[in-house]
Amino acid sequence: MALGYNIPDPVARQPWGIILPLTTLVLFGAAVLYSASPVPGGSLRPWALIHMLHYFVFLAMALVMARFPRDWFKLAAYPLYGLILVSLVLVELMGKIGGGSQRWLNLGFMTLQPSELMKPVIVLVLARFYDSLPPAMTASWRGLVPAAGLLAIPAAFVIIQPDLGTALAICFGAVVVIFLAGLPLRWFIGAGLAAAVAAPVAFFSLLHDYQRKRVTIFLDPENDPLGAGYHITQSKIAIGSGGFFGKGFSNGSQSHLDYLPESHTDFVFATMAEEWGMLGGLFVLLVFAVILRWGMTVARSSNDRFTQLLAAGMTATIFFYVAINLMMVMGLAPVVGIPLPFVSHGGSSMLTNMICIGTLMAAERWRKRGGSIP
Amino acid sequence: MGQKRPAPEGLPQEGRWRRRAACPGNRPGQRATSSQRPSWGNHGDTTYRHLAPMNADSRHVSSGTLKNSFDRRSVVIGAMQGGIGVLLAARMGWIAVLENEKYKLEAESNRVNLTLVPPRRGWILDRNGAPLASNKTDFRIDLIPDRLVDKDATIQLVGQLLKLTAIEIQDLRDKLDKAHGFQPVEAASGLDWDRFAAVSVHLPDLPGVVAQRGFSRFYPTGPAVGHLIGYVGPASAQEYEKEPNPLLVTPGFKIGKDGLEKHFEAELRGEPGARRVEVTASGKIVRDLNSRDDVPGKSIKLTIDGPLQDYAARRIGIESGAVVVIDCMTGGILAIASMPAFDPNSLVDGISRLEWKMLNEDDHIPLLNKALRGLYPPGSTMKPMASLALQLHGVSPDEHVFCPGGYRLGSRFFRCDAVHGSLDMRGAIEHSCNTYFWTMAHRVGYDAIAPVARLLGLGQEFELPGAKQRYGTIPDAAWKMRRYHQEWSVADSLNAAIGQGYVSVSPLQLAVMTARIASGRNLLPSLLAGHAKPLGPALPFTPEQLAVAHDGMFRVVNGSGTGRGSRIDIGGIQMAGKTGTAQVRALVSRGHFGDWKSRDHSLFICYAPTDTARYAMAVVIEHGTFGARAAAPIAKDIMTYLFDPATALDVLANLEKGWGGTPAERMAARYKAYAAQYGTSAPKVEEDEAVKAAEDSADTQNETVANDATSPQPEKYEPSPSPNASAEPHSPSPTASPPTKPGPTKTPTQEPQ
Repeated sequence: MALGYNIPDPVARQPWGIILPLTTLVLFGAAVLYSASPVPGGSLRPWALIHMLHYFVFLAMALVMARFPRDWFKLAAYPLYGLILVSLVLVELMGKIGGGSQRWLNLGFMTLQPSELMKPVIVLVLARFYDSLPPAMTASWRGLVPAAGLLAIPAAFVIIQPDLGTALAICFGAVVVIFLAGLPLRWFIGAGLAAAVAAPVAFFSLLHDYQRKRVTIFLDPENDPLGAGYHITQSKIAIGSGGFFGKGFSNGSQSHLDYLPESHTDFVFATMAEEWGMLGGLFVLLVFAVILRWGMTVARSSNDRFTQLLAAGMTATIFFYVAINLMMVMGLAPVVGIPLPFVSHGGSSMLTNMICIGTLMAAERWRKRGGSIP
Repeated sequence: MGQKRPAPEGLPQEGRWRRRAACPGNRPGQRATSSQRPSWGNHGDTTYRHLAPMNADSRHVSSGTLKNSFDRRSVVIGAMQGGIGVLLAARMGWIAVLENEKYKLEAESNRVNLTLVPPRRGWILDRNGAPLASNKTDFRIDLIPDRLVDKDATIQLVGQLLKLTAIEIQDLRDKLDKAHGFQPVEAASGLDWDRFAAVSVHLPDLPGVVAQRGFSRFYPTGPAVGHLIGYVGPASAQEYEKEPNPLLVTPGFKIGKDGLEKHFEAELRGEPGARRVEVTASGKIVRDLNSRDDVPGKSIKLTIDGPLQDYAARRIGIESGAVVVIDCMTGGILAIASMPAFDPNSLVDGISRLEWKMLNEDDHIPLLNKALRGLYPPGSTMKPMASLALQLHGVSPDEHVFCPGGYRLGSRFFRCDAVHGSLDMRGAIEHSCNTYFWTMAHRVGYDAIAPVARLLGLGQEFELPGAKQRYGTIPDAAWKMRRYHQEWSVADSLNAAIGQGYVSVSPLQLAVMTARIASGRNLLPSLLAGHAKPLGPALPFTPEQLAVAHDGMFRVVNGSGTGRGSRIDIGGIQMAGKTGTAQVRALVSRGHFGDWKSRDHSLFICYAPTDTARYAMAVVIEHGTFGARAAAPIAKDIMTYLFDPATALDVLANLEKGWGGTPAERMAARYKAYAAQYGTSAPKVEEDEAVKAAEDSADTQNETVANDATSPQPEKYEPSPSPNASAEPHSPSPTASPPTKPGPTKTPTQEPQ
C-alpha cells in the first residue's frame, strides 16, 4: 500500500483497500437509516448516528486486532471458544431460570448475544484445529469428529434458544472451514444427500411452528399477504416499486408509512432499494463484492494453513450474512432474522462483522510482514 | 473404528512403532500389546509435524496436497459467492425493472386509501313537497371490527367517552358480534360536539374507531310513516354478498331495509363522494390527496298528504288498525296508516334488544303493515257493493223485503240484529239489514255478486311500490271447489253476501272499493305524485244505480242509520258511509266484550263530500267491536281534518291526553319502562332475516284470525248491550276455520227450531 512518499508511514500502512469501501458502505447505510428515521424528513436519530458510532468504534477495534500477531490468535482460539461457549450456556440457563428470553448481555452502550460472537470464534477454533491436525489425518475420522463436536455443541445451544438464523450462520462458517481444510469430497456429497433426506423429517419434527410457517410462506407468500407473508410481500413491493433509479432520498412510501416491517434492521436493503433503486442495489452488491474478494484474496495469498482457513472462514461468515439477508428481502429465502452487514442498524451484527474484518486485516498484515512460513 | 489401511512397507521401524495411532490395527498380531496403544493425550505439534511425511499413505495427504485442495476449493467457494452475487443482481433486476409497474401499483395502493363518502340520500316528500324522510347533519362514531386491536378495551373506552348506558354497550357488543370484517358498526350517532370531540382526540389510541361528520336519515313524523316508508340501516352481510359494492361497508352508509326506502333504493341512493388520503400501515391518515363531492340521491314525491298521514296514524290511538284515504279524483293515496308501528328513526342504527322485545311482545303486531297485509272479513261494508250487484242482476231498488228479525233457510234461521220490518234497498243499507241481503243473495246467487266485488277492487292486488300486498279472498263456487273440493251452498252465499264466511279483504281494497262506488269510475290507487294510474275498464253501473248506493250510504250517517253518531257538517260538506262489524270467530258470548283477541273487528267506509266525492276512506280497527263504535268516529275525525284541520286537531289533542301522548311519546315511555324492567337481560336480536320472519308469522296469525269468522253480526251499536240477553240466541255456534278444517258445519248461526 505505497500511496506516496509524503504520507506518514503509520497512515500509509493501514489497510486502505478495505477501509475505504467499507466506510463508503457504512456511510451509505447511515444515509438510508437517516431517511428511514421515524422523524419526518429524516434525522440522525435514532439510528444513523449510532450506526456510524458503532462502526468507528469497531473499526478502531479491528485496526487494533490487525496488529495482533498470529500466535495470539492461535493461543486464544481454544480459551475464547470455551469462554463463549460457557457464556452461551449461562445466558441460556439465565433465560430459562428468569422465565424470560433475555439471551443477551448488556454492555452498557450496546447489548450482545454470546451466540453472535460464536460466529467468528467457531471459524477461529476450527482453523486452529485443522492447523494442528497432521495433514495425513484430515482424511480420517479424526479430521472430522472433533471438528463436528466443536461445531455441534454451540450450534445445538443456539438452535434451542431458538435462533435458527444464527445457528445457520455458525454452521455455514464452520462447514466452509471444514470444506477448505481438505476433507474428502465424498463426505460432503454424502452429507448433502443425507441432509436432503433428513430435511423433510427435520421440517416436520424439529422446527417450531412459526419457523415451519415461515418456510411455507416463503414458498407461497401471496397465500398469507397480511400474516407472516406480509414481510416478504412488502419487501418485494418496496424493491420493485423503486425501479432502476429509485423514488429519491426520503421519498420511500413503503418504509415511511410503516408498510415495510423492520425497515432499519433486517429489511434495510428494501428501504434502500425503494429510494435508491436498482442503482443503489448494484452499488451495495459491488461494495460487498470488493470486500469479499479482498477477503478471499487474503485467504488465498496466505502461506500458512491457519491463516488461510481463518481468513476464508471469516469471509464466508460475512458472505453468509449478505447472501441470506439479500435473498430474504428479495423473496428467495425464508424470513430469518439476519441483518445486512454494515448497513443494518444493530451493534451485535456490526461487532461480529468487524471482528471478521479485523481478523482479515490481521491476516493480511501477517502475510505482508511474515517471511517464510514453515 | 480404525481405518483399514495397509502400512506402506519400508518405513523405518521406529516410526511404525511410535505412530501406531496413525494406522491402528493394521497388524492384528500387535494389537494385544499394551505398549503399542497410541497415546491419545499427546497431540503436540512437533510430534505430528515430525511424523507427517511418514503418513503419506496411499492417499498421499500432505501439506502440499492440502494447500492444493485449499486453492481449488477456495476457487469453488469464490465462484459460489460470485454466482450468488450475480443471482441477486439478476433477481433485483427482475423485481425492480421488469416487474416495476406491478410493484409500483401495489405500493400506490398501499399508500393511497380511497375513502368513500356516503352520498346524501334522496328525500321522500309528500304531495306538497314537505319531507316525510329527510337527512340531518350528524356526528357519528363507527367501529370497524377487523381493525379493532383490543375489542373489549376499545368498547370500554368508547362507552366511557360517549357516556353510553349498560344497555347501549350491550347493544353495541351484539352488533359487533354480528358484523363481519370491514362492515362498520355504529357506536353512536346524533352526537353533540363535546362527546364527538372526546372520542376524536382519542382516535390515535383507538384503532378501528372512525369518527366522522355525515348525514343520518330523519323521519319527522316517526311511527306514522314507519310502515309506508320503511327504514334504513347498515347493510347486512347478505346484502353485501348480493351487491359487493365497497360503498355498502362504508361507515355511515345506510341501505333501505323496508317499504319505499327499499323499493326506491336505486333512486334514493345517489353517488358516493370519494376522498383520497395517504395512510400508514396502521391506517393513520397522513394527508389528504384530493376529494370528489357526492351526488345526492333523487327525491321521491308521493301522493301522500303528510299532515293527514300523521293525523290518521295518531287518531288510531291505542287501537290496532289501519286507515287508507284515497283521492277520488286521481286515485292517489293520501294516507295509508297502520298502527301501532315501529319508529323508523330508532331503527336506523339497527334494532336493539329492548326494541326487539317491545315489538315482539306487542299483541297489536306493530311489525305488520295492516293496511296492505292485514286481511279482515269486511262485514256489512259489503252492502253498498252488494246493492250495485243486485241492481245489475235486475233487482229493483224499490222492491221491499220484510225483515221479521231473521231469514229462514230450510230448517235454519239466520238471525238479523233487529226486526227491521219492510225495507227497500236504500233502507236496507241504511239499517244494515241482513235479511234483505240474504233474501236477495239467495235469489241471484253469490256468483252474481263476486264479479262485482272484484270489479270494485276486492280480492285484487294493485301495482304499488313498497311492501307486498295480500289480496285476500272473494269466494265463488269455482274457488270453493278448487280450494276445498266442495260444492258451494246457499249458506255460503248468505255468509258472503254480508261480508263474512270466506270473504277477506285488506283495508286498501276497501278504500279502493269505496272510491270506485263514490266516483263511479274505475280508479287505480297510486303512490307516486304525478304518476296517476290510467283508469281501468269503465264500471257498468248507471248513475241511477250508483245513486241508490250513495243514498243508502248517505242515510247511514245522516239519516237514522247505524253510523249516525259520526255525522259531520262542515260548511255544508257531509259524509256518506257504511259501518261493518265482522265476527272474528265462533263466540260463546257476543263479540263486543271478552278478551281483546276474540272481539269483533270494527270497520267503516266513507266518502265526502256527498254530492261529488273527493275523498274516500276505509278504517279497520282490529277487535274494535261495533263498526259504529270504534271505526266510524275515527273516520269522522280524519274526514273532519281534511276540511277543518283546527277542529280535528283539538279533538285529537284531547284524546291523546287520555292515551298518554303522541305515538312517539308513548313508545318512548314504553321503552323506558322496558329499560327499567329488563335492563340488559333482554334476549339477543337475531339477524335482519329474523325480523322478516317475525313479520311473516304475524301475517299468518292474522290470516287464521281473519278466516275464522262466520256468524253474521248485529250492526246496531247499543251503548250498553245486555250481554245475557243478546248472547243467548247465538250460542253455541258451530264453526270451523276454513284453512284447517273445511266442513259442512261452516254455516251461519243455526237456530234450533
